[in-house]
Amino acid sequence: MADLLIHQLLIPVAYIVAIVLPLVIAVAMFVYWERKIIGWMHVRLGPNTIGPWGLLQAFADVVKLLIKEVILPTNANRFLYYMAPLLALIPALAAWAVVPFSSRMVLSNANAGVLYLLAMTSLGVYGIILAGWSSNSRYALLGAMRSAAQVISYELAMGLCLVCVLVLAGSLNLSDIVNAQAGSKGFLDWFWLPLLPVFVIYFIAGVAETNRAPFDVAEGESEIVAGFHVEYSGSAFAIFFLAEYANMILVSFLASILFMGGWLSPLQGWIHIDAPGWINWIWTGGFIWLFIKAFVFAFMFLWFRATFPRYRYDQIMRLGWKVLIPIGIVWVLVAGCMKYFGIVGV
Amino acid sequence: MNPQLFQIICFYGFGFVTVAAALAVITLRNTVHAVLALVLTFFSTACLWMLAEAEFLALALIVVYVGAVMVLFLFVVMMLDIDQEKMREGFVKFLPAGLIVAVVMLVEMLGLIGVRAMHAQLMGADPAAAAGVSNTAWLGRALYTQYLLPFEIAALILTVGVVAAVALTLRQRTDARHESASQQVSVNPRDRVRIVKMAAERPAEPSSVPPQESQP
Repeated sequence: MADLLIHQLLIPVAYIVAIVLPLVIAVAMFVYWERKIIGWMHVRLGPNTIGPWGLLQAFADVVKLLIKEVILPTNANRFLYYMAPLLALIPALAAWAVVPFSSRMVLSNANAGVLYLLAMTSLGVYGIILAGWSSNSRYALLGAMRSAAQVISYELAMGLCLVCVLVLAGSLNLSDIVNAQAGSKGFLDWFWLPLLPVFVIYFIAGVAETNRAPFDVAEGESEIVAGFHVEYSGSAFAIFFLAEYANMILVSFLASILFMGGWLSPLQGWIHIDAPGWINWIWTGGFIWLFIKAFVFAFMFLWFRATFPRYRYDQIMRLGWKVLIPIGIVWVLVAGCMKYFGIVGV
Repeated sequence: MNPQLFQIICFYGFGFVTVAAALAVITLRNTVHAVLALVLTFFSTACLWMLAEAEFLALALIVVYVGAVMVLFLFVVMMLDIDQEKMREGFVKFLPAGLIVAVVMLVEMLGLIGVRAMHAQLMGADPAAAAGVSNTAWLGRALYTQYLLPFEIAALILTVGVVAAVALTLRQRTDARHESASQQVSVNPRDRVRIVKMAAERPAEPSSVPPQESQP
């Protein structure tokens, strides 16, 4: 009994904490990094007062948000109003269960990992819709409507990109997808090369799915104040941001895993030197490579925000339905041909 | 506690939530709450299927129904201004019809379970487990080889349905002004904005003349 309790309950919980706790800290540092990057791009300094180089700014913000009052608007639906932030956060964290950090570091090596990810990302929209509806505010409702339409539209494009990856890898398991990109031609073996258009579509759809600039009409502050979370304050507001940033980091990791070889090294197969483990990972691959790749993608999210003007709403819909989805459908066919004629894939 | 007992407890837990949520769908006063209860019903049904190791069906149910269909449903219900009291008036009137439908469905399901039970003796074990692959892989292989033609026909029917739905609802209004996206995209900035080069100017030296009223 005690043995079972430890193996079935305590160890999985310890693993979950070992993923979620660094994730939350990463979100805090990501917010700091975002403000710093955008500051530099605007020729400002960004946060620089609290802690060395302003490093503790994010934690100060968290403390401030936690001790502020959570206001319940008049005639808001109390139960759903408090449930909505949780409904946004839970799928954002649950999706991390199937992310493989290296060949052995994965919480759940599920066979249907990609499907699970699709399911989790599609659940996140409930938090946004219910937040907009339950706060009994017009701006919030408008933001929720925009967000729901946008997320559903770009989910299709994202699904088509995943289909292309699945066709080449021949598996729904994320670890198998990374292993299918191993080879002797370095980074040319990865799926970004045969699936280049799809790779670009995936990242665009990822930016749109997380409601980030230039697709952030859901919270377009110049039109509808702050969109779906306009009525939220204090810790409930913080939870929405935690979910959004966790999703951004997730999309960065997934883009690295699906198209950029995950933990594989860009030098794989080029260097054959027997070196101690702390040097060897540079050409045999390790979780550090995955983190570097994910960091580059996460940086691109911030870069987009600092440099691109916001899309008009009808243009977002046009881009999703009339440009990205047709290209995705065609590339499913191309990927099938590449697989059939044995050009790429296992 | 052995794993089998745990599985049974999970089954009853998910089953209870499914039935309770399904009851909530037809008893809750608020329509948005009812839709959310329906979402919960789908979700716990998916959990039940997951217990039966039908992971593809379970995840497809979540992706398709919970993730897309119910979101649109919620969308519509949120926008409707429904008179809640009027909606509930016909409950007793429609009760007999509802009961008849429920009884017919129960009989059909029992018949299906009976046929399945007889099949289980004829067909033997779970084919996916027998082939030694996961449920998803077996399903994919069966759909794209053995059942390719029915699968393609189903896809064709769905496509026709989509085209028909669009054709039925698409109305081209002639009196409304449209914007053409291709024209907008192909605009040359030089046609719209003229950039003038001019030498830098120094502000005039302050003179004895008092400055004019500043321009608005």
